Amino acid sequence: MLKRIWDWFDDLTGTSKWLVPLLRHPVPHAKKSAWFYVLGSATLIVFILQIVTGISLASAYVPASGEAYHSLLFISGTTLGRIVRGIHYFGASAMIILIGVHAVRVYLMGSYKYPRQVNWLTGVGLLVLTLLMAFTGQLLRWDQTGFWTAVVAAEQAGRTPFIGNWLGHFILAGDTVGGATLSRFFAAHVFFIPALIFGLLGFHLYLVIHNGISEPPKAGRPVDPKTYRRWYNDLLGKEGHPFWPDAAWRDVAFGFAVVVIIVVLAIVVGPEALGKPPDPTILGASPRPDWYFLWYYALLSVAPRWSENYIIILAPLIFGLLLIFLPFVAGKGERSPLRRPWSILIVATIIIVIGYFGQLGHSAPWSPRFRAEPLPATVVGASGGAVADGARLFYEKGCEYCHMIDGYGGIRGPDLTYVGDRMTADQIKTRIFSGATNMPSYNGNITDQQLSAVLAFLESRKHRLIEKQRSSP
Amino acid sequence: MIENAQPGQSPDLNRRRFFSRLSVLLGSIGAAIVAVPTVGFLLGLRRPTKIWRAVGHVQDFKIGETTQVAFEDPSPLPWSGVTAQTAAWLRRKADDEFIAFSVDCTHLGCPVRWLPGANLFMCPCHGGVFYSDGTVASGPPPRPLFHYPVRVQGDEVQILTSPLPIS
Repeated sequence: MLKRIWDWFDDLTGTSKWLVPLLRHPVPHAKKSAWFYVLGSATLIVFILQIVTGISLASAYVPASGEAYHSLLFISGTTLGRIVRGIHYFGASAMIILIGVHAVRVYLMGSYKYPRQVNWLTGVGLLVLTLLMAFTGQLLRWDQTGFWTAVVAAEQAGRTPFIGNWLGHFILAGDTVGGATLSRFFAAHVFFIPALIFGLLGFHLYLVIHNGISEPPKAGRPVDPKTYRRWYNDLLGKEGHPFWPDAAWRDVAFGFAVVVIIVVLAIVVGPEALGKPPDPTILGASPRPDWYFLWYYALLSVAPRWSENYIIILAPLIFGLLLIFLPFVAGKGERSPLRRPWSILIVATIIIVIGYFGQLGHSAPWSPRFRAEPLPATVVGASGGAVADGARLFYEKGCEYCHMIDGYGGIRGPDLTYVGDRMTADQIKTRIFSGATNMPSYNGNITDQQLSAVLAFLESRKHRLIEKQRSSP
Repeated sequence: MIENAQPGQSPDLNRRRFFSRLSVLLGSIGAAIVAVPTVGFLLGLRRPTKIWRAVGHVQDFKIGETTQVAFEDPSPLPWSGVTAQTAAWLRRKADDEFIAFSVDCTHLGCPVRWLPGANLFMCPCHGGVFYSDGTVASGPPPRPLFHYPVRVQGDEVQILTSPLPIS
């Protein structure tokens, strides 16, 4: 019966004429590298996951600046809504990881070389669009951080030469963040960018079929555009096997594992909690990007001031251009990473830079620690007199937000636990008055009496004195 | 089209060329007709005129103190909710002399906090610090905090709504 329905359908639509060759198109034997070929399809599977959960979320999300937060509270408050949000949240992370590893795989194996240069270019486009989805998506979590992310985005765009001001206000859809802002990001995240992704993705997949999936590279077997296609077809004739199911089972198995991990994380860990409401009058905000942009956030903090505009505007532009030029300048020759040691070096450098700055962005040493508590008497070692006054002022004057003493306080400036051993009172006084690149000057901002108390306290930060206090409670 | 016809070309071919050109032309004109309002609407910005908003009475603010105030955007959309508000730091310098600072750090726009004990503004994002007069004390900000125009009308302190300062 089913067979008859299928035959009827196939007769009217000709589906088997294209579907069967598509599924059974021959692919080379990947042998030991076979599992490297699952990354692209896993990215696609997670993208589908994002579409499905995204549609589900969009059916309850209210894309209005004043209401979105409440609708998200509602979604997160239901059992299933929380899971769907969790899947979408971890799915976003998974997409970033998978598309990144997929790009690295293609780069290291030289799969972007002839005839697959346009495969690479469409992939670069998809990578950029995925990053835009990640950025707009975290903003749609329209809490306090989402609100300030819109402001920071506008300010960053504002650094563009000539059109910066217009671009910044275009991102906000007006003079300030307001009713029009969120709708703009919603439309971008839900319609505009996905539409571009669909187009590019279709082209990307078509090219995979058109050019054939790359065979695993072998050192000493360079790509020659003149002979490659014939050689590749011979290879398929000799040892090619059908994509479905010989190769596809791995894609399915790996994709299944990824989906299971995402769903388990969504249920066990749950989505990123909402912060405070997107109310611009609550100024105790500490906006931070999601983990995948922390490295960029860190970079903007440690970069020398003169280089900032280059990092915001020029660096992404240059990196994008490098990715675009890559398949043209290195479109043939050796594919094996063993014969392209610099490719390993470049990938290692990128991973180290992103890892290092990501870690740095996570700890954010440059940010004042507003949550610091006043120093307890056990640390101060005195409950009255100038030393105790100084310790209190050390907190009140904001010193502690940036300087740590015995584990209390921030890490912007040097740890002052034993500053009395390193600096004389005069040296400390000079520093308090003159400030530094990253320390405000307190000249005119502190009375003589306050200063001598602070100095008395800091002078008492001597290893010997502190140890003595501790041993005689 | 006809007069450009090469000798030996059939009238059929000329007809085809005419129709293909006509189709492309009509398609382009049609797309342009739709694109002008669509793209124009997308790119157009809502730019309400600036107006003075009251943020409190003169006697609410102590001389030498910096206080957080909030005012509503000049013409908020009905669905703006809390985002229709804008916060500012208002400092009363003298009897009827006020300065209103934008809360946006001049580095990348994060909201600076006023720390009354320290007499400083500090930014939570990249650690920018400003003195009580808004000048840069330390960190990455390239310029002092932006000011809003502020005036006293009767006993009311008013701030002129302004676009988000984008440096």
